[in-house]
Amino acid sequence: MSGHKHPSYLKIYFTLLILFIISVLGPEMAHVLGLEGVSRALLVLSTAFGIAIWKAYLVCAYFMHLKVEKIYAPYILLACLSLLFVFFFGTATDAMFANGHNWVKKYSEDKALAEVIARDEHHEDDHGHSESHHDSHGEEKSH
Amino acid sequence: MAHQIVATGRSRTGIPTGRLAVWWIIGSEIVIFGGLIATYLLNRFNHGPSWSAEAAHTNTFIGAANTFWLLTSSLFVVFAHAASERKDANKTRMWIWLTIMLGGFFMGFKSYEYATEILHGYTIFTSNFWSFYYLATGLHGFHVLCGMVIMAIIAENDIKNERNWHRVENIGLYWHFVDIVWIFLFPLMYIAK
Repeated sequence: MSGHKHPSYLKIYFTLLILFIISVLGPEMAHVLGLEGVSRALLVLSTAFGIAIWKAYLVCAYFMHLKVEKIYAPYILLACLSLLFVFFFGTATDAMFANGHNWVKKYSEDKALAEVIARDEHHEDDHGHSESHHDSHGEEKSH
Repeated sequence: MAHQIVATGRSRTGIPTGRLAVWWIIGSEIVIFGGLIATYLLNRFNHGPSWSAEAAHTNTFIGAANTFWLLTSSLFVVFAHAASERKDANKTRMWIWLTIMLGGFFMGFKSYEYATEILHGYTIFTSNFWSFYYLATGLHGFHVLCGMVIMAIIAENDIKNERNWHRVENIGLYWHFVDIVWIFLFPLMYIAK
């Protein structure tokens, strides 16, 4: 691909940095504004994952030169991506349900959450309340 | 009868053989990492509150710093590619080594993060979330390490001797893919808590 004119890599890089900052600030804003439910999900999904897709597109198109690569390369990538979607939707139909024909999941979300909270309290007792190396220790109680 | 060298003679696609092979590697990696991410999402949807409580412990600052290192290293590796097209060995090697240095920063931060998580009792056996966390980030870290080693070999074995310039572009493609995987792992593990 040496024959084509290079795009401005620095411009792409700074666009990626700006998108990166938005992807971090978006979910933080949802927390600061106290958003819950659909509005929180929309903000987090659009800023964290929507922007991740945008960033991936910029890296593919300009840094990996897919925009000027022969058409076979995108075909290879899209074929593998299609296989992935077959896998996801093939298994999701079973994995997303709690029961089906002749099977019931024994998992209880309430019990799992209680176990996590009990274990975290035990950890805090072990390590002391003043120690907080994790950035969101304070918010875990709210879940 | 003269032998035709098959490995370098395939030109039907118009893509040089080495680069075509890298595209196939990236295609297979899409299935590997994509499968892991898809399974993570299925678990995330099924185990809402308990999953969030576990994810709340990951260190967003380190995750963000590692995103910055990888994004910047992606820029450096395209600079290396541009220099290799000009056949400028010194500049190419300089940008490759700067890319390796940022990969080293990534691995250093990741090691510190692993050490602190494990010291606080969060190991690969703690829960489903932590199993995914260590498997996905560990597999990604292994790819970063492999990329660093291959880049060092290309810089010192090929570019220093001013040969095989096309390998800079090939390793660049791989490195960008490693960056893209992190672009998706970062919001999954560190942001969408």
